[in-house]
Amino acid sequence: MALFYSVRQLEEMEMASALPLWRQILAQSAEESGISQDESLARMRASLHAMIEADEAYDPGQLSHSRLIGGDAERMRSYVARGESICGEFVGAVLTGAIRMGECNACMHRIVAAPTAGACGVMPAVLLPYARAHGTSEDELVAALYIAAGFGMVIATRASMSGAEAGCQAEIGTASAMAAAALVYLHGGNVQQMSSAVAIALKNMMGLVCDPVAGLVEVPCVKRNAAGAMNALGAAELALAGIRSRVPADEVIDAMRAVGEMMAPQLRETGQGGIAASPTAVRFRNDFFGK
Amino acid sequence: MDIFDLIGPIMVGPSSSHTAGAVRMGLACRRILGEEVSEADITLSGSFAATGRGHGTDRAIVAGLLGMTPDDERVPSSFEAARDKGLLFSFAFGEIPLSHPNTARLQLRGVHGAEADIEAASIGGGRIEIRRIGDMSLCFSAEHPTLIIRNADRPGTVAEVSRVLSEGKINIATFQVNRNNRGGEAVMVIECDTPVTGELLARIRSLPGILRAAYIDRD
Repeated sequence: MALFYSVRQLEEMEMASALPLWRQILAQSAEESGISQDESLARMRASLHAMIEADEAYDPGQLSHSRLIGGDAERMRSYVARGESICGEFVGAVLTGAIRMGECNACMHRIVAAPTAGACGVMPAVLLPYARAHGTSEDELVAALYIAAGFGMVIATRASMSGAEAGCQAEIGTASAMAAAALVYLHGGNVQQMSSAVAIALKNMMGLVCDPVAGLVEVPCVKRNAAGAMNALGAAELALAGIRSRVPADEVIDAMRAVGEMMAPQLRETGQGGIAASPTAVRFRNDFFGK
Repeated sequence: MDIFDLIGPIMVGPSSSHTAGAVRMGLACRRILGEEVSEADITLSGSFAATGRGHGTDRAIVAGLLGMTPDDERVPSSFEAARDKGLLFSFAFGEIPLSHPNTARLQLRGVHGAEADIEAASIGGGRIEIRRIGDMSLCFSAEHPTLIIRNADRPGTVAEVSRVLSEGKINIATFQVNRNNRGGEAVMVIECDTPVTGELLARIRSLPGILRAAYIDRD
């Protein structure tokens, strides 16, 4: 049994102690790993710094090995900068950040898996623009990462965070739920609102298949990071407005696992179904591996 | 599962299993060999063979053999680094029977003549398992300080080894024992919570019935 195995457990932890939830997640996980709380905090801070560095190191000229990925984050950034976007600057920055990190990952730059490398764009895409817009301190961002990790561990334990096991709902879906919980925390929401945000985010990603073109973490993975980030924003906003998930988060997570088990192998990171099976994708694959 | 399996690892992309796991594989195999690697013949199997090149699995394994970690930004240019350091390597693609989908076989020679033939699997999230060394089937993560002990299969050997560790205040995280045939040779794989000192290792090696004891420290 992992340390955190139900959302209900996290809710009870919050109610049973005067310590904030993120502090309890920190304390319990540090004890389990046999490291001090200071060591754990230093590692989490290093992860945050690595996210920021990866975001800042983006090179619009970079191309992935297959040459399918590169330059899109810069297109998004300049579109938003021209003031023409539908959603405005904040949402524009979230979309840009998600594509940017997804491109960095596809191009073999250093990123922070959150929870996986393929889904590495979701968390920084919502956290960094939020921090810029609200003047959030680094300490608060670190606390939000513990919140995200706590809920993420529940999902990974009860269901999965692996596309090969349960499809993209388990990768981008988990990242989106983690990011939604972190956003609710940063915006002053309570643990019930975090649970609702997690449940809503996962429900809206339910059934998403893992169908990478040519088996590479490129298409449609990079753009799904943008979808996961937008979904996290929406789920957090609904929860903060006081809208509750009618189905408890734990039941949603269990349903996600069951859906993953029903998925055919072609839809679980084998590159054989979904978008990967489209004629264009098959042509890309033959071009790339034929070289 | 650790909290840093959810936020982390910090790694060079694009895939935790096919890139970060592959670096860790090379790194673990380098430690098993116990010296600088001079030659490596690497076979990629299953999904590693099918999509490894696009994920930089080949560059990642070579990076690990050179001692780089998964977050090292030189991972994508490891082939060039290998050339500079005089590490000769070759890749083959083929099915390794009955293996995990993400499996590699590494046949290594070291600068001082050590040799190792290792099979390793990348099991997801950047975590790996060493599945075979030489003719020994085994299973360990290479995340903990690990003892691999070959011993005569007779009563009391396991107790003697665990007594030495207990006297050294070393807590055992996992313990596996396998053998080829009754009364023949057996293999113990002991993952520990803290590093095993050279003195303890020497005491284990001097115990009756111990044929060989290798020690792999963590990263």
